[in-house]
Amino acid sequence: MNFDFSEDQEILRGEARKFLEARCPLALVRGVLEDEGRSHDATLWQGLVDQGWTALTLPEEHGGLGMSRTDLCVLAEELGRVLAPVPFASTVYFLAEAIMLAGSDIQREKLPAIASGECIGCLAIDEGAGEPSRKKVEARVQNGLLSGIKQPVIDGLCATDALVWARDESETPRLFLASLVHEGVRRVAIDSLDPSRGIARLEFSGVPVQPIGGPELLDRLLDGAAVLLAFEQIGGADRALEQAVAFAKERSAFGREIGSYQAIKHKLADAYVHNQIARSNAYYGIWALDADSDELPHAAAAARVSACQAMWYAARESIQTHGGIGFTWEADQHLFYRRALHLNMAIGSPRMWRDRLFAALEMHDGDSN
Amino acid sequence: MDFSDTPAEAEFRTRAQQFLDAHRDDLPSLAGSEEERLERQRKWQAIKAKHGFACITWDREWGGAGGTAMEAVIFREEEARRGVPDAFFGIGLGLCIPTIIRYASKEQKQQLVAPAIRGEQIWCQLFSEPAAGSDLAGVRAKAVREGDEWVLSGQKVWTSGAHYSDFGLVIARSDPDQPRHKGLTTFFVKMDAPGIEVRPIHQMSGGMEFNEVFFNDVRVPDDQRLGDAGEGWKVAIYALMNERVQGGKQRGISAAETIALARRTPAGDATLADDGAFRGAFADWYIRTRGVQLTRYRTLTAMSRGQTPGPEASIGKLVTAFELQEMSRLLVEAQGLYGLVDDSELSMLRAEVHHDLLHAPGIRIAGGTDEILRNIIAERVLGLPKGPQPEKGKPFTLTK
Repeated sequence: MNFDFSEDQEILRGEARKFLEARCPLALVRGVLEDEGRSHDATLWQGLVDQGWTALTLPEEHGGLGMSRTDLCVLAEELGRVLAPVPFASTVYFLAEAIMLAGSDIQREKLPAIASGECIGCLAIDEGAGEPSRKKVEARVQNGLLSGIKQPVIDGLCATDALVWARDESETPRLFLASLVHEGVRRVAIDSLDPSRGIARLEFSGVPVQPIGGPELLDRLLDGAAVLLAFEQIGGADRALEQAVAFAKERSAFGREIGSYQAIKHKLADAYVHNQIARSNAYYGIWALDADSDELPHAAAAARVSACQAMWYAARESIQTHGGIGFTWEADQHLFYRRALHLNMAIGSPRMWRDRLFAALEMHDGDSN
Repeated sequence: MDFSDTPAEAEFRTRAQQFLDAHRDDLPSLAGSEEERLERQRKWQAIKAKHGFACITWDREWGGAGGTAMEAVIFREEEARRGVPDAFFGIGLGLCIPTIIRYASKEQKQQLVAPAIRGEQIWCQLFSEPAAGSDLAGVRAKAVREGDEWVLSGQKVWTSGAHYSDFGLVIARSDPDQPRHKGLTTFFVKMDAPGIEVRPIHQMSGGMEFNEVFFNDVRVPDDQRLGDAGEGWKVAIYALMNERVQGGKQRGISAAETIALARRTPAGDATLADDGAFRGAFADWYIRTRGVQLTRYRTLTAMSRGQTPGPEASIGKLVTAFELQEMSRLLVEAQGLYGLVDDSELSMLRAEVHHDLLHAPGIRIAGGTDEILRNIIAERVLGLPKGPQPEKGKPFTLTK
């Protein structure tokens, strides 16, 4: 057993951290947050593409680097640390994964465009309030043409291609691949709790689509993304905690540093425990993902539930530790708070994933008995 | 990142399985009185020692197998899978004997180490006192030098297994004019020495695993002193550091047992396993207990790479004790009024969950309270400043 990253992966981490510290300061995240006209940072996105990050896990014959998902999760954690305002998850964890797992030969021709950054993905499942339901989907495909409304869609404003959950002609919900560069597509920006990661309403009227998979593919994509997003959340949670610790060492009240009071110590110790627990669950998740283990459904759910808790707790208590200054617009703490909420809802709520965890474990234990 | 056994680990696991299966009839269980269990565990310990499965990570020089930490974990996993409890020898082999190996004379080591590994001699740890629990440096038991001997007097408390122990590791104040952390000296004592009196403590859980130990002018030869006079704090910390690595073992019933139990428990029109609130609480419990287990694997990986385990190793007991308490409460309460039935014949899972529920408060206190563990994480891991230390540098006699 070897339950940690390899030396090469630590080198990859070091390079990624250096690159992102230089190219993605929190001021850049704030820039997207405060600019209603932008849903992501195009310069940073191009920078990641130039580093080969969108090509990392793609097969070499399609212009990729053929590296593993464990290598990818190293980047995910670093992107999470800096709250990178880019459509990386939508493009790499969803679009690229879907095509690699289930794409036809023609669909696989899109992969080089993902590697080169021309192609940006998005996942369009939801249609309204409540957790995405497999059954209550209204969007439908007839004669290969998609009509309906999907909202909210993360990265729906900048995406070129969408994975859309819609009914086929026999009324069965399936996943379709749609090019968004089409006159039948209308995109409307929607205000988000985290404007540094823009969301949109996508209105489809007669847009040509191709089927790519069924509920199994969707589940597999969600499980994989749950693990990779968990690493983003852990990156964000660690950084939020670091900021709180630094402030607690510096700020004095009643004649001593606030970090010397047990009320603050215990709160931050709990945040540390959440982060470590989340990291361990995420390591197991990435192992299960890379090893294609039958434990992936519960390993992924555990990684996600744990990471959702960790980043939320760290972001929430970082503001509390900072006191009044932490509640101002100018302080950076709300960027973490907003991103924690974005990530908690990005692929179904923590409630839904707790339920999935129970169901997956019951299924797995039932099978092995 | 690879969760499967390496070829060497797989080979060791097979060897361990073959050994355990060959000795199927010798495996101890939780059944019977304490005396009966102790007898079976002693026999089992001797068999393990003979075949190189006791103290797997220790040097061969001391009767170990010179194996890796991972091998020790694999062996323990396989033992636990066969229902073998981890009992009686943990304090001696986990904490006292490593301290003996580090601080005692060559002759003493030759006399003491091997019998402890074989389960013939059992050790206890005599650190806590009525006025020195979380704040161990408040120790008041006295050690007064008289010629080649020391005279120990005072009271120790919360000593697990003192009633069946042959030896004890004890810390006492040898110079009260020094500041708190100085002026302490550590010894090992024979538990049958004249003047040692062991009285069981009746715990809230009904059990009596702990004791008060009174020292009434107990004479201890100077050659049983470990480390220099006045350096006892360092020796005690060395002993406790060994304890930390052990912490955070799996406690309570497994996830699979919990799910199966929930499936059998009626709730509303269906079962507890269909209840959203329970499924959510289960998930939160699962990620934390499973997370601690997985964190141990990270620690082991660091050790197998020759690195010092990172600070993440310190979170184990803080998480598992609390989670055990709350999940036990949830499962017992979900039985409705019948949850009150605490009877190994009538209650679910032979009343194991009821037992855990009454035991959990003690686990949250023993070996570092939740609060002290949080302080340790905050100060040593996160680097937050210590609170005021009004007693720092003052002679012990002038402190509260």
